[in-house]
Parts: sequence; structure tokens; C-alpha cells
Amino acid sequence: MDATSVFTDFQFSDVGFLLEAAGRTLLISLLAISIGTVFGCLFGWVLSVAKTAGEVTLGLILDVFRSVPLIIQLILFYNFFPIIGFNLSPFAAGTVVLVFYTSALVAAVARGGIDSVSISLRRASRSLGMTYWQDLRYVVCPIGLRAVLPSWAGVALGVLKDSALVSVLGYVELLRASQILITRTQEPFLIITVVGAFYFALSFPISRLSARLERRWQYD
Amino acid sequence: MDYTFHWRPVFRKLPDLLEAGLVTMEVAVLAMLVGVVLGLALAVMRMSGSRALTWFPVVWIELARNTPALLQLFFFGFGLGAFGIHLAPFLIVLCGLSFNNAGYLAETFRGGFNAVPPTQIRAARSLGMTQTQAYVRIVIPQVLRVVYHPMTNQMVWSVLMSSLAMLVGFRELAGETQFLASKTYRIFEFFLVSAAIYYVIVKVILAGSRLLSWRLFRY
Repeated sequence: MDATSVFTDFQFSDVGFLLEAAGRTLLISLLAISIGTVFGCLFGWVLSVAKTAGEVTLGLILDVFRSVPLIIQLILFYNFFPIIGFNLSPFAAGTVVLVFYTSALVAAVARGGIDSVSISLRRASRSLGMTYWQDLRYVVCPIGLRAVLPSWAGVALGVLKDSALVSVLGYVELLRASQILITRTQEPFLIITVVGAFYFALSFPISRLSARLERRWQYD
Repeated sequence: MDYTFHWRPVFRKLPDLLEAGLVTMEVAVLAMLVGVVLGLALAVMRMSGSRALTWFPVVWIELARNTPALLQLFFFGFGLGAFGIHLAPFLIVLCGLSFNNAGYLAETFRGGFNAVPPTQIRAARSLGMTQTQAYVRIVIPQVLRVVYHPMTNQMVWSVLMSSLAMLVGFRELAGETQFLASKTYRIFEFFLVSAAIYYVIVKVILAGSRLLSWRLFRY
């Protein structure tokens, strides 16, 4: 390639750029998954307690987040915040939307977990003198967690991969970094493969771990 | 709040959006059909037990499940250009979504087939059924029951994922919305209406699936 070309080859230093971007992908997904899980468990509990009333209020709202593509949600909220007077950075807006999205998915999972504990078991714990919260903490949590941990891991993996969509707002995470590099190097195949390997390296260990836990807990 | 909503441009373009919604459904259903066929093939190959055949579905399934769908679309859109293959936007979307659907559905089907104990096939054979009869009358109906709900979910995902098409220049609902929004600068209004259309599409699919399941699983 001649010296005057605007394009430059893929260099070793670009791996550092991609690693930094992978760190940002990890940061935004960890934030979304941890905060979203807390909210999701709370919502799931509300849904399982307030059956019909919860379903027509909270359930309906959460359902919207599950039925509208994430990319539309991101663009919608990114353009909505300035209307109500907040100017959020792409990172902040992306995090907020991903937290909503994660909590909507986790709420369904958490609700399933709570409902998977049979009502007679819970009555038994209450009649042994446990308070409502003790029953929730020492009976429902351990049993429900086992039932839904694989689905929760599925949600977490989904959010990790869906965080790629925050790139449409301009936040430079892994996918956006790949587009920047493709524009500069004009080597789409190489870069998509490298970035795919980065995502694979982030996601594959978690999916193996959850499959292993699922198998082990089945035989307990 | 000093923003004035302008809904008129959106309502004027509503027929275009609805038409684009049909395109979304078309591409999602097509990708689902191709995904089911490929997913079945992958599941059968994976269960065949032969080493030479197993690596291919394993690589496909793990790649489809552990990388973002958007990256898969970009691979079919830009990555293949390195080999001189340039697909039309519609084909990029169809290939990307089918690749992803097949990876997920293959695991669903494998789980479904594993849920039917092999002793049932032997029992059916010893009652005088042929191998085909045993599969058609005993195995498939049970597998269908197991995979029906996950397949409905995958169909919904197929619709939601098809919105990524707007990033590779295909004008289904999301792409059309972006096109119209950038022409009129009413980004929020257009995307709100588009979100509503997506919601309706997903609800229609779920309702249809429930009706079909009443008809299919009466016993």
C-alpha cells in the first residue's frame, strides 16, 4: 500500500484498541445485568404477589420492553430524554435502556422461579414459625434459584450480546470499534472474525458454566 | 419541555409503515422456515454420533449462540465481500437471521428428541409399526409438544431481530422508519409508532400460536 493512501493495514496496536472496546462492552453489560437483575427480581416478586393487579399494571409495561426490538427502544429513549430536559450521553442512555430491558426479562424469570416453589412447601415453612421474609429467604430463594438459574444465565448472555446495539447511539464498544477499524483498514472479513472471537471469548465461558451448573444440580 | 410533537407527518406515512410491517413479517417468517429446516438438519447431524459429522453443527451452533446477531448480519453483509460475494440487503438479512435461528432451533430440536425415550421406538416397532410409522405416530407428536413453546419464542425473536436490518440498509419496518424519520426529522414520533406496530405484530404471533396450540394439542 502506498504512503499516501488513506487506508492503513490492521496493526498490532489495534488489538489494544479492541481490548479497550471489549472492556467497555463488558462494563455496560455488567452494569445492565447487575442493576437489571436487582430490579427484575423485585418486579418478579411483585408480579407473583399481586397476581391480577400486578399483571395489568407492571406486567403490561414490562411486556412492552420484551415485545419491541431493543434497537427501537434505544433510539426512542435516546431521542426522548432531551425532550423531557435531560441530555444523556450515549453511554448513560444505553445503560438506562439496557437496565429496563434486562429487568423486564429477569422479572419473567424471577416470577417463574418464585412460582416454581410449591405453595404447600411455603405453607409448611410458615407453619414451622418462619416469618414471610424468612420463608422467602431460606425456602423460596434456594429452590427457585436452582429452577431458573439457567434461564437467568440465558438472559445475561443475551444482554451481553445485545449490548452491541448501543453502538447505534455512538458509544464505542466492541461492535462500534470494529466498524471504525473496518472503515480504516478495509479488511472487513479479518476484523469481523477477530471481533467475533472477542465476543465468543466473553460469552462462551458463561454458557459452559451455566450448562455445567444445570447438569450438576439436576442430579443433586 | 419546549418540544412540540408533530404527528401529522407520521400519520401521512402510516400506510408506508404498515406495508413495511408486512415486509418485516415476511422476512421473519422466511428466516424462521429456513431456520427450522437447517436447525433440523443440524440437530440430526449432531445426534448422528459420527465424529466427522458432529463438528460442523457444533461449530455452527456455538457461533450462532455466542456472538451478537448484528455481528452475524455484518458478516454476511460486509465480511463475505472479502471473497467477492456481495449479497443484496434482503439476502443479507435472510442469511443472517436464518443462521441465527438455525443455531438456536438445533438445540431446541435436540432437546425435543432427547425427551422421547428410545424404548418407545422399540415398543412401537415390536407392535408391528414400521420405522417411519413409529416416528410419524409416536415420536414426532411428542417432540412437537416439547419444542412448540420454544419455537414460538424463536419466532418472536426472529421478528425482533429483523429490526437489525436497518443497519445493513434493508427497508423493513425499522429501516423504513429510520428512512422516513431522517427525511422529516420527527425521529421520536416515527419510532414510537414503529414500536407500536412491532408490539402488535408480536401479539398477533403469540395469539396465533396459542390458537394453533389449542387445535394441535387437544388430547
